Amino acid sequence: MTDPILRTKGLTKSFGALKACNDVSLDLFPGEIHALIGPNGAGKSTLIKQIAGNMAPDSGEVWFDGSDVTHLDTVGRARRGLGRTFQISSLAMEYTVLQNVVLGALGRDGGVMRFFKPVMKDKRLLEEAHAALDRVGLTEQAATRTADLSHGQRRQLEVAVALTLKPKAFLMDEPMAGLGVEGSRNLTGFLDTLRHEAPILLVEHDMDAVFALADRISVLVYGEIIATGTGDEIRANRDVRTAYLGEEDVA
Amino acid sequence: MTREALLNTAIMALLAAVPIIAHFTGNPFTITLATKVAILAMAAVGLNIVLGLGGLVSFGHAVFFGIGGYSMGILAHHAQLFIPIMEAPFLIDGTKSMPIIWLVAVITSALVALVIGALAIRTSGVYFIMITLAFGQMFYYFAISWPAYGGEDGLPIYVRNSFPGLNTLDPIQFFAITYVALGAALFLSARLARSRFGLALGATRQNAERVETVGVDAYRLRLVAFVISGAITGFAGALFADLNRFVAPTMFSWQMSGEFIVFIILGGIGRLFGPVVGAGLFILLEHFLGGVSDYWLIYVGAILLAVVLFARGGLIGALAGREVAHD
Ligand SMILES: Nc1ncnc2c1ncn2[C@@H]1O[C@H](COP(=O)(O)OP(=O)(O)O)[C@@H](O)[C@H]1O
Ligand SMILES: [Mg+2]
Repeated sequence: MTDPILRTKGLTKSFGALKACNDVSLDLFPGEIHALIGPNGAGKSTLIKQIAGNMAPDSGEVWFDGSDVTHLDTVGRARRGLGRTFQISSLAMEYTVLQNVVLGALGRDGGVMRFFKPVMKDKRLLEEAHAALDRVGLTEQAATRTADLSHGQRRQLEVAVALTLKPKAFLMDEPMAGLGVEGSRNLTGFLDTLRHEAPILLVEHDMDAVFALADRISVLVYGEIIATGTGDEIRANRDVRTAYLGEEDVA
Repeated sequence: MTREALLNTAIMALLAAVPIIAHFTGNPFTITLATKVAILAMAAVGLNIVLGLGGLVSFGHAVFFGIGGYSMGILAHHAQLFIPIMEAPFLIDGTKSMPIIWLVAVITSALVALVIGALAIRTSGVYFIMITLAFGQMFYYFAISWPAYGGEDGLPIYVRNSFPGLNTLDPIQFFAITYVALGAALFLSARLARSRFGLALGATRQNAERVETVGVDAYRLRLVAFVISGAITGFAGALFADLNRFVAPTMFSWQMSGEFIVFIILGGIGRLFGPVVGAGLFILLEHFLGGVSDYWLIYVGAILLAVVLFARGGLIGALAGREVAHD
């Protein structure tokens, strides 16, 4: 097998007495979607934050694209090609949809210390921005103020901004949350094709989406990974059924 | 042309028309008032880059205003006394030339902004306000206790500094200098707001996490903005000193920093011409109400309160409507 693009080694993070993340080791290989599931409060977002660089682990390492990035901040990891979306949309709300994606394209381009030419007339950035909007289906909303978008559209915009970064791996925290049936189905189809551009570590509650998409699934409960395997393996796993799936009647 | 662009053009025309009329009707005092508006507006245009675009409430921009003022004061003081500023290791003479004074003012305030910014921008919110305020007080007390350049009494400069080809002693010609300087500052900050840098800086105001997630360092953006902002305010400080032919520690005072913020709030936070309208209104109120009552600032306070409560976009917002996202 090829080397993983992303790997965590023994990540541990406590909040006081609460071990939100306990010795978590997982990896993400090129071309795959690795889903991370687990009940609310299991520590999924805490794990994502440590991988993205928003939160320092108490111990453990994060390896990305062949090097140890544990001590890099968010900016450094993003520049190396980690494309992240948030569980709760994190966008520039006063800007238009287009401005938000242009910001992404600008981040990818890197030349931010330019003070004179109008950025919204930059052909190359605009092209990339429009292409990303097109792919998530937000072309018509380009001129809309982000604050005026519906919840689902904001989720789409999050994904579009991540696309402009042309990342080496995607890190997505519940991208389907609040999308509705139709929206989830569309996004599921889209992510299915996206994995060939860059692998996705996908935190998701929507079990239909998870089982449809994931090459591998890891189950996180109380900060610990209790099982990793294919959809069928996870469905058949007794620990998982008692700890998690049983409660939601998915199996 | 958008409504706001139209309004801005009208404001710029008015600011030119008043002193020109005053010039022909022989009313130099009005020209001086307009000059003061142009200079203070320019100082606040500088502040508006960090405050309006970057969302950083600097309560210490008087530092740069004062640095600009003292750059002028010190250079001109040495020139008028024919005493070099230093002789070893190399000779530095004073000067009465405005362009050189401006250059020194801009470079010095940019350097000081780099140092203050590097420390202050690590904090945010109220801490940022307090730390910039603290720097302001430091400079203020330093100026008071430094006897070489007048200390508490300030430093008079007897003759206004010179500009090639102009008679700076003629009020309307000096006004023209400040008007062009203000125009240049406005032009630069308008371009900056629409540039790559401006897009990213504006995003840090709304959501710094978003900016860092796309791989852009928010700290660096803010620091560079702070330096540019300090340099513009410093330039204005040098002009202000030349208007008064006098520099005093009050240029460093927190009241001065507060006035710049008031201009911006009155005119409209983050609006290009907000500082111009705000400074204009403030000077008008000071002039007309200051004669009526010593407590004229109470009226300013009341107007400020009304603007904050009822007209969030300031006067520009009230006249031109909500800001349109730039194309
Ligand atoms: N910054 C924090 N401080 C203290 N506790 C936190 C913090 N962030 C998360 N937690 C706690 O850690 C646990 C895991 O949270 P989270 O990672 O958000 O779970 P999930 O995303 O799986 O729902 C929860 O009990 C949560 O309350
Ligand atoms: Mg979560």
